Amino acid sequence: MRREFTVTAVGLSCVALLLAGCGKGGNGAGGAPAAPRKAVIAACGSDTMVNLAQMWAEEYHKVCPDVSVEVSGGGSGVGIRDLATGIIDLADSSRDISASEREQAKQNTGKEPKEWRVAYDGIAVYVHKDNPLESLTTEQLAAIYGEGGTIERWSQLGVKLPNDDIIRISRQNNSGTYVYFREHVLGKKDFKLGSRDMSGSKDVVELVARTPGGIGYSGMGYKIADVKFVKIAAKAGELAVDPTIANVHDKLYSLARPLFMYTLGEPPAHVKSYLDWILSPAGQRIVEQAGYVPVVALP
Amino acid sequence: MAESHRNGRSAAGKGSINDRFHAELARRNTWLRRLTRNLTERTIVSLITLCGIAAILFVFSIFLFIFREGFPFFRQAFSVRGFFLSMEWHPTSEVNPRFGILALLCGTLSVTLVSMALAVPFGLGTAVFISEFSSRRVREALKIVIEFLAAIPSVVWGFVGLMVLNPIIIRLTGCPIGLNVLNAGIIVGLMSVPIIVSIAEDALRAVPDGYREAAAAMGATRWQAAYRVVLPAARSGLLAAVLLGVGRAVGETMATLMATGHSIHLPFNASFPFFHVLDSVRTLTATIAAELGEAPRLHPGPDGLYPPGALHYQSLFVIGMVLFAITSTINLVADFIVKGIRKRR
Repeated sequence: MRREFTVTAVGLSCVALLLAGCGKGGNGAGGAPAAPRKAVIAACGSDTMVNLAQMWAEEYHKVCPDVSVEVSGGGSGVGIRDLATGIIDLADSSRDISASEREQAKQNTGKEPKEWRVAYDGIAVYVHKDNPLESLTTEQLAAIYGEGGTIERWSQLGVKLPNDDIIRISRQNNSGTYVYFREHVLGKKDFKLGSRDMSGSKDVVELVARTPGGIGYSGMGYKIADVKFVKIAAKAGELAVDPTIANVHDKLYSLARPLFMYTLGEPPAHVKSYLDWILSPAGQRIVEQAGYVPVVALP
Repeated sequence: MAESHRNGRSAAGKGSINDRFHAELARRNTWLRRLTRNLTERTIVSLITLCGIAAILFVFSIFLFIFREGFPFFRQAFSVRGFFLSMEWHPTSEVNPRFGILALLCGTLSVTLVSMALAVPFGLGTAVFISEFSSRRVREALKIVIEFLAAIPSVVWGFVGLMVLNPIIIRLTGCPIGLNVLNAGIIVGLMSVPIIVSIAEDALRAVPDGYREAAAAMGATRWQAAYRVVLPAARSGLLAAVLLGVGRAVGETMATLMATGHSIHLPFNASFPFFHVLDSVRTLTATIAAELGEAPRLHPGPDGLYPPGALHYQSLFVIGMVLFAITSTINLVADFIVKGIRKRR
């Protein structure tokens, strides 16, 4: 009799403890119902976005210590591939998901990727700080970079440099920035062979900084001391402008693109609250700090 | 031994029960011991056999894997002209994908040439010095330092090329960019020196001292003995050292990715001096390293054909096969040469 009582008491207290645990979990995640107590969000993808994604992750951890976001780079293609196999929660991408990638994600996971526009990025054209070049039109850029293009020397652009050869610096052929540049500057045609193809946004700018005759394209957030922006005009005769936040926002700068995050279907609550925070003024202020352009006007 | 054993047993057979019991116990004990010894021996032998076979298994499964991933490319897009004889590498093109690896082959060739031009004289010289001319103390110190050279990770070498050699080459030659064949050749050459030194030194040490003594007895100086007697005697081993150095240079990835400039460009052309070491190039290995991470691995459609987007991934594996063929030929040749020396002795 007494023994039975003990057993029942132990059992009851176990149940009580379990219930208490559950309650605590629910409160911890700020009212989100099904969120686990220590949630981890795995995000991976675009090399252009990796700094920004890291800053978001760090800031969000301060706001919401129960959720930690793990960010890695590798390129937009890698992020979308990993999302399509279902091993990450968020794919950072500096380009649209392609139809075949969307199909693959559906095949593998049964869910349709959902797109979230989180920021804008201007693709800046960089030259060495001692280069007198002021501005270029998109056609001139295409003639420098595109297959069959005729501009090979600085003198053709009216620029005098000790080394007349234009050293083209580009990206590896699957990066989101490369694909964007090919689509919007070269009109889907191919790049001229012989460019120096770097594997990261930062590498492009750093090589331009060390190469007096170099020209390169990369995210506008990667500017460093020894390089300068080239003003870009959409067409000859139009106004050439610098890639600044205001110019991108006012659609004056033509080489600007949206940056995306992708989830598989409707995201779970803890991922949804992260995305909501990113799109809130607090998250968008970080976009500006990282050198990109917010999707909403900030006060 | 067997004789005495049998004698012991027959002697025990005549003794008391107690004696016989102990003799039986001893017999069984040795039997048991022999059994366990046999068992341990067998386990160890089979474990070691497994290790030996594992190496073969690994090589074969790697080869099978590369072949399986790359094979569909042969059916759908491969042509000798378009692959080996074209320099147009546009694997992700939306209008006209092209898979020509001529520029990449020439890039690997040019970096290997320059690196060997530096590493062979330097490495063989070091080996001759270590084995023939240095004191014991200097030899030990040098060997440690050279092994240390081999321990530096290739990404660090690449960084040296990018940050240190690049501006130096620009300043000295006035060329527009310092990431080129010369830069990568110097870096890869330095990386190949340790392997050349250690194998060449082994070959020189394997020359019997009698040769040196005979040369000295005939009045040869140390240099004459080394140059006329020891070097020719170790010829095959030295050649093997050079070939393994070449294999190292062909296979080097990270350092060439960072130091060559990674540009699809032929460094050879008809204008003087025919081989332009100040041009940027791209190697086979670096192309795989830079592009494989983002090339999608797609599945074939219902008709068994792959979508066009899958060809990039497959073509990178075909490049892997080409590399595999190059390095295994080099290793095989080196192997035959080394075997040749052994037979002659």
